[in-house]
Amino acid sequence: MTGHDIKYDTGPDAGPDAVHDAGHHAVPVRTNMLVWAALMLLTAITVGVTSFDFGFLNVVVALSVATTKAGLVILWFMHLRYEGRVIRLMVFTAFVILAIAIGLTFFDVAYR
Amino acid sequence: MHEHRDYEGAKIGMWLFLFTEVLLFGGLFLLYAVYLHRYPAEFHAAGKDLSRIFGTANTIVLITSSLCMALAISALQRGKVVLSQRLVLLTVAMAGVFLVNKFFEWSAKIGHGIYPDSPALLKLPPGEMVFFNLYYLMTGLHGIHVIIGGAVLMYGWHLMRVGRVTPEHFVFLENGGLYWHLVDLVWIYLFPLFYLVV
Repeated sequence: MTGHDIKYDTGPDAGPDAVHDAGHHAVPVRTNMLVWAALMLLTAITVGVTSFDFGFLNVVVALSVATTKAGLVILWFMHLRYEGRVIRLMVFTAFVILAIAIGLTFFDVAYR
Repeated sequence: MHEHRDYEGAKIGMWLFLFTEVLLFGGLFLLYAVYLHRYPAEFHAAGKDLSRIFGTANTIVLITSSLCMALAISALQRGKVVLSQRLVLLTVAMAGVFLVNKFFEWSAKIGHGIYPDSPALLKLPPGEMVFFNLYYLMTGLHGIHVIIGGAVLMYGWHLMRVGRVTPEHFVFLENGGLYWHLVDLVWIYLFPLFYLVV
């Protein structure tokens, strides 16, 4: 998919520090496909792992896999990896606030 | 006519909206977590009643739809408008498949007399009752998001057709895509918590 009509593609090596027109960075098709393949693999893992009984660890594994998948979606599909500092900081802050809400609730529930 | 465009501002606005969505679902996940902590055995028993096949199928459908959406944005950025339109339609089609699956899944559950406030549900132990109520509330709210997301993307498709979303100005479609990926994101957590519990 590297035709002559590429306008904004700064190449597959363009990381977050690459110089590019903010937000006009076209993610290469190959990258999107790889992210999809990783998401599928993780889905297979999370389904497969349920045939083993690790007790409480099953929840930990399920949530770890889900969070890895969420990270892939946010960073690549939602282009966070290619965003500027402002949006990245905003997203980070939002998830810290969510973590505080969850953490404090469990602090309460666990020691009741 | 001069038209004011603020690409960065539009995206920041969309992210701010998405944060409210994250906190909305986050609150419900918190509710789920606290009740899982209180009724682990009942959640385990009730979770077994949900169809793992439907859940897994819908996970695959939604992740693939997210891929199509991401590809649609990339295609548009490269100036391939027709390809982008087709990919958006494919994304919406998969949203439809997801909802059809969900319809059959809910119908089967309701057919077995399991729905909020049903006589059969009220006879269940409190933990299982909570599980199914949360199941309907959270997958229902998620389903509404799938419908809204599909509608937003169809509108984006329309805007491409009439030339108001173009390879130069595509922030509407990109923000619609962000919304769609959030819908996928929520499902990524709903799936293991309801269909694969403990």
